Amino acid sequence: MTFINYASREINCKIVYYGPGLCGKTTNLQYIFDSTAPQARGKLISLATETDRTLFFDFMPLELGTVRGFKTRFHLYTVPGQVFYDASRKLILKGVDGVVFVADSQEERMDANIESLYNLEENLQSQGYDLMKLPYVLQLNKRDLGNIVPVDDLAMELQRKGEPVVEAVAATGVGVFDTLKAVAKQVLTELRKG
Amino acid sequence: MADTPILLREQQYHQIKAVLARLRMDSSAKVVFLVDKDGQEIASQGEVGNLDTTSLASLAAGNVAATGGMAQLIGEKEFPTLSHEGEKDSIHISVIGRLLLVIVFDDRSSLGLVKLRSKQVSHQLATMFEEIAAGDFDEDSPFAGITDEDIDSLFS
Repeated sequence: MTFINYASREINCKIVYYGPGLCGKTTNLQYIFDSTAPQARGKLISLATETDRTLFFDFMPLELGTVRGFKTRFHLYTVPGQVFYDASRKLILKGVDGVVFVADSQEERMDANIESLYNLEENLQSQGYDLMKLPYVLQLNKRDLGNIVPVDDLAMELQRKGEPVVEAVAATGVGVFDTLKAVAKQVLTELRKG
Repeated sequence: MADTPILLREQQYHQIKAVLARLRMDSSAKVVFLVDKDGQEIASQGEVGNLDTTSLASLAAGNVAATGGMAQLIGEKEFPTLSHEGEKDSIHISVIGRLLLVIVFDDRSSLGLVKLRSKQVSHQLATMFEEIAAGDFDEDSPFAGITDEDIDSLFS
């Protein structure tokens, strides 16, 4: 839920990165963290298992700049991708303003992408949201690998409503900021509507 | 559709800050802050210093959400208070509707005092927040006239 504080002149919005296990959600956040000036971002908090799987969520506040005299701060969250962490995923979607679905472009992960996308729709619904009405971006990650599904095929399978589709290689930063920009833009446009 | 934005007006913000300041004094706490259940910090009072209140707010909300999930699994609606005791500093969190009142305290205070004082202000804070949540997203909002150029300028 967007939170606008007139006293401190701040807008706070919540963006959630969703997707199957090991698709690169945390890598997106890590790249943003590494390439943003320290004064524009807070700590990257990662609640991960010993094997670096996200256990509950990763979190990073990011300040993008000023709109109409208001500082815009985005709270970026990732969800755990593994199927059995569904309870945590549901909780993190509470109060969400925009969602990025990070798809793994590798052929063998197609089923996992589809399962995770259905899971996103279900979990949004259980929190009272409708994916069709929510700011949303589809990121096709790992485009640098050899065994990947063509963009058109992925889009045909995973695109839900004409949302922006961004090709990415999160590990090297390709498409990471384009994705963030695409979702942030939709969130701020929603604010205009009130 | 995303939720309606919450607008916190200057006067409301200062009212909340005043309640928190009083609570901090009455409970001899180090820091008192108010967070919404989504992890957004609303206001804080006290020895904030180097404390990363943004992260703390997000983790407090995550903590309440996780224990709330556990509560439901055992047939409870939620756990209305949570306490974490450290060697020197401790944290007490109370759930007030969609707000979380987070109090950080040390041995100058006690869990009993903190619990008592939080309970005493919870009704007042709940009422104040209800008014805030019921506020309109009026046409004088600076965002009603936000342009594509405004948004693009953030990324240039």
